[in-house]
Amino acid sequence: MSLTSDVRRKMYEVMVRSRAFDDRLTEQYWIDKKPIFAFGAGPLPGELHTSHGQEPVGAGVCAALLADDMITTGHRPHHIAVARGVDLKSLTAEIFGRKTGLSGGRGGHMHIYDKRVNFSSSGIIAEGLGPAAGMALARKMQGKPGIGISFIGEGAVNQGAFHEVMNIVGVFKLPFICVIEDNKYAVTTHKSASTATERNSDRATCYGMTGEFVSGNDPDLIYAAAERAVTRARTGGGGTILEVETARLLGHFMGDPGGYITGERKLYQVDPIPIYRRRLIDENILTEATASALELAVNTEVNEAMRFAAESPFPDPIDALNCTFAD
Amino acid sequence: MSTKEAAPWESPTLANASRTLTMCRAQREAVEWEMTNDPNVFMVGEDISGFGGVFGTADGLGAKFGLDRVIDMPISETGFMGLAAGAAMEGMRPIVELAYVDFIGVCFNALANFAAKTHFMSGGQFKVPMVLLTGTGAGYSNAAQHSQCMHATLAHMPGIKVVSPTNAYDAKGMMHTAIRDDNLVVFMVHKGASGVGFMGPLVKTSLADVPQGDYTVPFGKVKVYREGTDVSIVAVGLAVHHALQAAEELAKDGISAEVVDLRSLVPLDRDGIMESVAKTGRLVVADEDYLSYGVSGEVIATVVERDPTVLKAPARRVCVPDVSIPFSRPLEYSILPVASRIADAARAVMSNDRGKGRV
Repeated sequence: MSLTSDVRRKMYEVMVRSRAFDDRLTEQYWIDKKPIFAFGAGPLPGELHTSHGQEPVGAGVCAALLADDMITTGHRPHHIAVARGVDLKSLTAEIFGRKTGLSGGRGGHMHIYDKRVNFSSSGIIAEGLGPAAGMALARKMQGKPGIGISFIGEGAVNQGAFHEVMNIVGVFKLPFICVIEDNKYAVTTHKSASTATERNSDRATCYGMTGEFVSGNDPDLIYAAAERAVTRARTGGGGTILEVETARLLGHFMGDPGGYITGERKLYQVDPIPIYRRRLIDENILTEATASALELAVNTEVNEAMRFAAESPFPDPIDALNCTFAD
Repeated sequence: MSTKEAAPWESPTLANASRTLTMCRAQREAVEWEMTNDPNVFMVGEDISGFGGVFGTADGLGAKFGLDRVIDMPISETGFMGLAAGAAMEGMRPIVELAYVDFIGVCFNALANFAAKTHFMSGGQFKVPMVLLTGTGAGYSNAAQHSQCMHATLAHMPGIKVVSPTNAYDAKGMMHTAIRDDNLVVFMVHKGASGVGFMGPLVKTSLADVPQGDYTVPFGKVKVYREGTDVSIVAVGLAVHHALQAAEELAKDGISAEVVDLRSLVPLDRDGIMESVAKTGRLVVADEDYLSYGVSGEVIATVVERDPTVLKAPARRVCVPDVSIPFSRPLEYSILPVASRIADAARAVMSNDRGKGRV
């Protein structure tokens, strides 16, 4: 694969879809949460971690993957799920706790599983690393194609699991990519206050892996780096730690005003979508008209998914007692 | 329903030839059979390919199956528990060796928050068929960090099956069942009863005639080791063997004790527990795990919830009394559920008899 116009249009479309999805969810989330904010209130209860600003990472990396590849991710999964092609209606229904959701409402927004596209997310920091490496190991043992990709935040590198799994990946030369989404903040803690190195990709040397660092939250550069990592993984070249500087435009979770992001540190909060739109128009990949048409179509699709979820029934309470064990 | 199987030291009536084996050898045979017959079964753990695992659970498997299927891991339990879970989600059947269950704290997240919950959270899309094989128990002066049982810690978490066979026949049959199960199964064997040479003299009642071929022993069925009419001693792990010894002592006093091995904590055979206690009317629970919030309380709760009137006397528990396992031998043996403590508890229950219906 290479960075064709089709790939770039597709990445833009995916970013717009993810943003529209998060915007609609945000509107729903605030219903019945004002003036008094409570996680449990309203039609969309629980914590909500939207992906505003991180869309290029999901779009850029997923554009470089094939259907056999396996993704695990964390508590902020929407942009990756959308980029991976998780069914939008089932995804939305899951987030609204409906029977028609991916997991029948047992998972919710942090626990998105779609086996059809080899996608899973888990709400505990760095927890997806081991499983993604294990999925890669399984395919290697079975002689089947597919690499493991785990998305984590920059804060997750300070979990022991990161060190343990990266070393295992290096020792066994597993076809694996660790994508670090560096949005600078682990909840409220700035990267500089938590992490002794500026670039976590530098750590790759210690694990017999390749390090890649991409700045600028630029989908084209992310795609190119991901493609290099994918090629290494597929050709026996081992694992990659791919760190991408991205932006978290909002708080850690919905309801966190992010007041701790002050002064110069606010400057990184640049919305990547209008920039990429401008670039694609300037380079004649899109026109104002085709961009608008694409945005309209995507928004219509997202609205339909929201309607599907809202009109779907809640699960039967007895369903809480199913699925603890496989029969 | 309890299964009325032959006592483990008697020959099971199976067609294929059998030999008397230790638990450790018997369960290893099951692993070998499954690895031979199912290419998806593999083993990961520390020091397993050459050394065979600290307690011999992988003895010879590395040489037979090679380093690609008996995979030595770095000391990274968080990493390789997660790795195994991911491989299981993609159709493999990993067996993970964790020599001492005491170490589970460092990888509890990967087990309890990931492997145990993935089937549920995915609405059944992803299965996690993996076996965690681990050693439990005290009695050899290995002190507080290498002597725990922790049955209840694991059994408390939804999504984990927890089994603890006590004889070689069950060990092999339950290992076959565990590997073929589509869930996370924690397979806990008391080090003292496993038959590893350096754990001291063999526990005779743990030896059994074991068929050469494959067979399964189902989870969720108690095993009545010894029938009795006066008091039920419900036990788990090595405490089953202590209970058998206690039953011998009690017989000399004219007390007929029934010894019930739970074998499987999740699923738990509540019918089997109730059947025995309804018959004898008296209950002692023996468990080497900590006393409070554990298996012993669960057994008693089962009886109380079903029908407390079957009890002729208050039930008693013989467990580790909520202290860490001490190093020094006299200290350690004072808190373990040894035969004399179990027998004393049974006698106390007998003398405390207040008559049926007056509980």
